Amino acid sequence: MILGIDVGGTHTDAVLMEEGRVRKKAKVLTDADRLLTSLSSAAAMVLDGEDPQKLRRVVLSTTLSTNAIVQGKVDKVGMILASGPGLSPADFRLEGAVHFVSGYVNHRGIEVAPIDREEIGRIARSFEREGIEHAGAVGKFSTRNPKQELAVKEIMGPRLKHVSLGHRMSGNLNFPRRAATACLNASVWGTYKRFAEDVQVFIREQGITAPVYILKADGGTFNIADSADFPVQTILSGPAASIMGVMSMVSGREDAVVLDMGGTTTDIAVLAGGVPLLEPLGVVIGGYKTLIRGMLTRSVGLGGDSAVKTTDDGLVIGPRREGVAAAFGGPCPTPTDAMIILGLTDIGDRRKALNAIGAVSQKLNLSVEDTAKRIFEQMCAEIAAHVRQMIDEVNRRPVYTIHEMLEDARLAPRMLYLVGGPAKPVSQCLGGLLGCPVCVPDHAEAANAVGAALARTTSEITLLADTERKTLFIPERGMQKSIPATCSMQEVVETGRELLRQAAVGMGADPEDLEMEVVEAQEFNMIKQFYTTGKNMRVKIQVKPGLISLCRKER
Amino acid sequence: MPMTAKRKKTALIFFPAFDWAISPTHPEREERLLYTQDQICEEGILDFDHITEYKPGIATLEDIDRAHICVPDAASVVTQSHLISAGGCITAADQVLTGRADNAFALVRPPGHHAMRVVHGARGFCNVNIEAVMIEYCRKKYGVRKIAVVDTDCHHGDGTQDIYWHDPNVLCISVHQDGRTLYPGTGFADEFGGPNALGATINIPLPPRTSDEGFLYVLDHLILPVLDEFKPELIINSAGQDNHYSDPITDMRFSAQGYAILNEKLAPHIAVLEGGYSIEDALPYVNVGIILAMAGIDYSCVKEPDFDPSALKQSADISRYIEKLVASIKNQWEKRDVMKEKLIGSAKHAVRKKSIYYDTDGIREEQEETVRICRDCGGLVTIDSATDTGNRIFAVVIPALCCPACRREGEEIYQKTAKGKYRSIYLQDKDKAVLFVK
Ligand SMILES: [Zn+2]
Ligand SMILES: [Zn+2]
Repeated sequence: MILGIDVGGTHTDAVLMEEGRVRKKAKVLTDADRLLTSLSSAAAMVLDGEDPQKLRRVVLSTTLSTNAIVQGKVDKVGMILASGPGLSPADFRLEGAVHFVSGYVNHRGIEVAPIDREEIGRIARSFEREGIEHAGAVGKFSTRNPKQELAVKEIMGPRLKHVSLGHRMSGNLNFPRRAATACLNASVWGTYKRFAEDVQVFIREQGITAPVYILKADGGTFNIADSADFPVQTILSGPAASIMGVMSMVSGREDAVVLDMGGTTTDIAVLAGGVPLLEPLGVVIGGYKTLIRGMLTRSVGLGGDSAVKTTDDGLVIGPRREGVAAAFGGPCPTPTDAMIILGLTDIGDRRKALNAIGAVSQKLNLSVEDTAKRIFEQMCAEIAAHVRQMIDEVNRRPVYTIHEMLEDARLAPRMLYLVGGPAKPVSQCLGGLLGCPVCVPDHAEAANAVGAALARTTSEITLLADTERKTLFIPERGMQKSIPATCSMQEVVETGRELLRQAAVGMGADPEDLEMEVVEAQEFNMIKQFYTTGKNMRVKIQVKPGLISLCRKER
Repeated sequence: MPMTAKRKKTALIFFPAFDWAISPTHPEREERLLYTQDQICEEGILDFDHITEYKPGIATLEDIDRAHICVPDAASVVTQSHLISAGGCITAADQVLTGRADNAFALVRPPGHHAMRVVHGARGFCNVNIEAVMIEYCRKKYGVRKIAVVDTDCHHGDGTQDIYWHDPNVLCISVHQDGRTLYPGTGFADEFGGPNALGATINIPLPPRTSDEGFLYVLDHLILPVLDEFKPELIINSAGQDNHYSDPITDMRFSAQGYAILNEKLAPHIAVLEGGYSIEDALPYVNVGIILAMAGIDYSCVKEPDFDPSALKQSADISRYIEKLVASIKNQWEKRDVMKEKLIGSAKHAVRKKSIYYDTDGIREEQEETVRICRDCGGLVTIDSATDTGNRIFAVVIPALCCPACRREGEEIYQKTAKGKYRSIYLQDKDKAVLFVK
């Protein structure tokens, strides 16, 4: 058995899975101030009368870090940035005590200017005086050589509780995002650490000895112990959980669109060949652009409870939600009321819905029936337009080789998956508008918890080989190795696969789940005065987001 | 830069062609823009809301035929890489001329400013003049009439000069290292445009070791005043970066700061990357400087790690030389109308003989170009071109915005010229943007 729990913003869902099927499910309201209480009550409902020793894994998706960041309930962070030449420090937007210090590593990872150890020491003492216990140290191009970040940590470490290092956040380039990511990580580190410890205590108290995993924004999991140092990776895991849930409920391997339609918003995600697309650089949270690997999702302010209004421009639906639908005693007409009138669903009080839509119909000079139809069709048309726009944006992403340019692989969805409250009523209309078949999976309302339960461990590794300098560097691990001048691309990829395998197993992956993919493999000659002096190779390998094999086998 | 600098919507077309090289150790090779890409990514430039990256389009053979006369035809002299790099320029122009962006930077390769009107092969790493392809596209699609190209590559922009030599509506200004000391050995101040378009070509050959001070002096005292008078609707910067002090194949002392200041003052609508082969030490910083300057973002911290202005300072002799040069070219520009009358006299036609060497492909071309003296348009041009590889062609070029007399004569010549000794006969109608071949 597997226990999956999604502690979302509004509800906490729990499922108990057995042999790939939902055996029990529970839903409770989330108490934002006591997430552990919400989690434990949902868990207790599905575990009641079960033998905790039969559990093989427990997976949690939690909104803790997301909420802390969005609501600004975070620790004050001190940031040390070695920004070198480039953008002016005035163009960085970071909260907290930000210090730009000397020191610079260039694009090849060569230290061009040293850091000033005394300067760092002075700043550490100032943090101490200001009561700052959490810090971030980020250098430009630190993913090419982390030496200066490590030195900052060594100097500051003894005076602080925690220092988040930029190069451990991601192997991708983007200094402002790296700084923002490290800053956010440091700001939620304390809060998250306490929560993770409490969860572990709670789990043990239930007599559960199975390993506990936490869901990340990319729809993969990692050990709860590993999560403690990288709490920022757990943000926005809710939408990821739903998408993984849909993946577990369907069998398609084609390009597809996943729509999670709620009361206020509709979240759009895209599957390419059955695998969720990730944000190219990282997710955005609370206005901060980060390097956190996460699913490409778009949230549109259109849902079943969106407020319907008439203005000079005609009918306006959303983006605000004023309350529940009129049919449930809400304050204004909504698409849900329109769907009730059209007979697409039989929930709520039809008389109240007729009243609310009737008011709109007078302004539009239409029959109540036609008004309902207009509202419903306009909402579907707007959602469809957002879906098309998102696909168009994916297809317009730049490529950097002639080969890719001519190959011109385009995303063309052949399937539409719908989950959430209004999924069934809108399915036919949206399918028609997008020109593809529609599937509304069973247990769609618990897709998030199911997704968490069945998600596999994911990890990513970046390898930078420089045969002129005879070095191989892996930023995410902070690992540097020497290589022979004759090292080939194939050897770099093989080394990468082995290191990624070790890392993923260490994070709790089942060796059978390591579906690895070389995301990027570039090889360039380095030339001085018309002679080749070495090779510069860049390799990125990932364990694809997906479902655990246990679930496939059990099914 | 003042903090009040206005932010501009900048379109970036980045196409590094990571899988294309002339040869494995040639300067024009795969990783030329690799470290530039690294620097752009690491600076997070694309995260600014007012900077947008666009995927390049692919130019068509018709786009090439509007700018060039290719022998035997466009399909044989261009590769996919050229079509994408020209397509990137077209995408840049589209963003600006539709108003989606205030300005655009096509960071594409391979470059193009040494490609001349007639193309028998590749010269100076160029097959297709990507700026000219873009200019002809802008004329056809958007009806743009007056255009200025400011070529700041270290090498003379001889290809662009050749294509627009007789065109009074395209001002070509090239500032470069003196042709006595560098490829292609042309671009002297007395190369001043054809008789119908005198003054619409301006060359500013600078002495080796000119630094930021010298370049910016030329900009302030010559280029900007000339542009003010010419009043182009569109300013294009052929933004070669081989004037940089670290460039391995040239001998100048321009810096990333210098390039950024130049770009801010020149304020081109479209910048197109040309040469620049210091791929580790210059390009990453120069390109970031140009992008920030175009977008109106503070570029004052963009400096090469080893930048030392005092070591790069130009000598007093060089400063004096440049002052005199600028004064003399300015004087020539002011007297261009008088000079034109003198040059034309009572002539009906003017003939120009050229011997062109395609260094990349090893082809020698002999060309005779005749222009009809015309006061109403750029003048009808005919070209007789033969190579040592045995290709001889004849071409009739009807100019953009042509007069009825030049059109009539051009159509007649095309009709009555027999194929005979020629492999092909071309009629390039730049006014109607079509090419006929027989
Ligand atoms: Zn050049
Ligand atoms: Zn004429």
